[in-house]
Amino acid sequence: MSGEALVDVQSLSKHFGGIHAVENASCDLYPGEVVGLLGHNGAGKSTLIKVLSGVYPPDGGKILVHGREHRFHTPREARAAGIETIHQTLALAENLDAPSNLFLGRELLTPWRTLDSDRMEHEARQVIKRLNPNFTQLRKPVRAMSGGQRQTVAIARALYFNARILIMDEPCAALGPAETRMVLDTILRLKEEGIGIFLISHDMTDVFEVCDRVTVMKNGQVVDTVKVADVTQDDVLGMIILGQKPKPKVH
Amino acid sequence: MRNWFEKAGFDPRFSSLVIALAVIWVLLAIATDGIFLSPRNLYNLSIQTCVTAIMACGMVFIIVARQIDLSVGSQVAATGMVIAAMQVMWLGAETPGAWLLSIVGGILAGVAIGLFQGWWTAYREVPAFVVTLAGYLMWRGAAFLAADGQTLAPLSVTYQRLGGGVHGSIGTTWSWVAGVVACTVVVIGAFELRRSRRKYAAAMAPAWADAVKVAITCAAILAFVAVVCAYPDPSANIEGAPEGTVPPGKGIAVPVLILLAVAAVLHTVAQRTRFGRYVFAYGGNPEAALLSGLPTKRVLLMLFALMGALAAIAAVITTSRLNSGTHSIGQMAELYVIAATVIGGTSLAGGSGTIPGAIVGALLIQSLDNGMVLMDVSSPKRQIFIGLILIGAVWFDVVYNRRQGK
Repeated sequence: MSGEALVDVQSLSKHFGGIHAVENASCDLYPGEVVGLLGHNGAGKSTLIKVLSGVYPPDGGKILVHGREHRFHTPREARAAGIETIHQTLALAENLDAPSNLFLGRELLTPWRTLDSDRMEHEARQVIKRLNPNFTQLRKPVRAMSGGQRQTVAIARALYFNARILIMDEPCAALGPAETRMVLDTILRLKEEGIGIFLISHDMTDVFEVCDRVTVMKNGQVVDTVKVADVTQDDVLGMIILGQKPKPKVH
Repeated sequence: MRNWFEKAGFDPRFSSLVIALAVIWVLLAIATDGIFLSPRNLYNLSIQTCVTAIMACGMVFIIVARQIDLSVGSQVAATGMVIAAMQVMWLGAETPGAWLLSIVGGILAGVAIGLFQGWWTAYREVPAFVVTLAGYLMWRGAAFLAADGQTLAPLSVTYQRLGGGVHGSIGTTWSWVAGVVACTVVVIGAFELRRSRRKYAAAMAPAWADAVKVAITCAAILAFVAVVCAYPDPSANIEGAPEGTVPPGKGIAVPVLILLAVAAVLHTVAQRTRFGRYVFAYGGNPEAALLSGLPTKRVLLMLFALMGALAAIAAVITTSRLNSGTHSIGQMAELYVIAATVIGGTSLAGGSGTIPGAIVGALLIQSLDNGMVLMDVSSPKRQIFIGLILIGAVWFDVVYNRRQGK
């Protein structure tokens, strides 16, 4: 870990009524690094990333992006700061085709301020070809696509706009083995390109393959952040289930 | 059969709608000894369709975005009374420019109504069903209060042309000019589309398929012009002409031109603008629209404002046909408009629908209404029949969506 953090989350809190969904949570992310966000359902991971991606405004704490403090009120503002999010639901409009979804909210326009559909299709073809060469039927509605193809559209949407920070919420949860492989390879390649990734996952094998560090949450609080190289899967499971920090390794 | 049909890029839903319309026309022609297809009746049908079709164009957007507007009929009454009151009570009907100013006033009133309903729906999250059901009552009440329940007449003579009645058409020469211009636009549009697709080496429908589509569209346009030009203008002054002189044809009615202008603009909005794209995205998946950072609330607000403006345009045609403003116009319009929209292929589940479909849907429902009048079917029986058609159309939508595996 060297240089300036891409994202530095300091003592972030988010309440819903009396429920403290996220309480005093801190974590950070450096260029070319994958940080796993782990925890039970309801541990606060999804709320944390929804604050980071501008869906919920935070109730307390600070978010620094490239060292500058940001307070996002809308997903648009988070995107403008270079944070792209691939939600678990993928957030695709099922009735629209791949190019329309890829550019949703950031459409390419002609000089007459109308949609430049053909250019968007062309650009979409370029970026999707890099991710998944077998995926060529872009003009059908997303509804008619396979899980892997949908995931490709969602990833392409995040990548096209040169995000430096990527949040992926359970990208492999609904995928078969081959498609999971495709997503993991993509993560590893993005990492080489210097992109920082927050990865939410329940699959320990995937986490240990691609993550550099893991941040474990329980009941809205961060248990600890550890380097994957320093711990075993059992240590991490202990953190998730019992909220125990792993014992230091004896060398 | 199905394969080449799809490869050619024909929309199966729109095609089946046109075929259904053709079948209904043939049946009605047989049942009325051909009166239904006479130029005179088709001219009247074209005018009757306009009011429903103009509002159906807006209702497409509303229903695509998973909303509903039950108050459009009452909006017609309220905006119609604004127009009539401005002409009769305030400016004086024959004051130069008064009719134009009254139309602007009516449209502004419609937009204000729409903004009110849209604000409650989008920013206060009261379901559109409730807001517009309340509007159904309120705008009708406002229309009554505007002139204490009186009928306001007469309206400006120039204004009356907008309704398609006496002098309400553009004559044969200009009709043919308009027809040829429309065909040229269709042809150029098709070429332009192919040119742009080729630039990016994108896949496109075979040339023959586009040629067939263009040919059918142009044939329909020219056939329509021929029919309305074949209807002799009853108000034409042919006194003193030798016995047996045929009066000149009526040509395209002004309300039809208004409808075509509205449809062209809104079709472009739906297909080629951000606003249109956002409406469809929101209808397809409201959560995705929000997560993608779309200004969903503002889109909903503008949607209802648009509907209000279209209701005002419909009110212009209605009041000018009647040459008066009264608080009872537009009754049951919401039912015809929603029925036309749904018959035209707009799914009540949201996310899909087209402007041309809605216009053909309006034409279909008005054809049935008009045909039954010619067959002397009483008004209550017509209502029952139209109601059944509406159920049938929604049932078709349900079955169609299930087949598509939604």
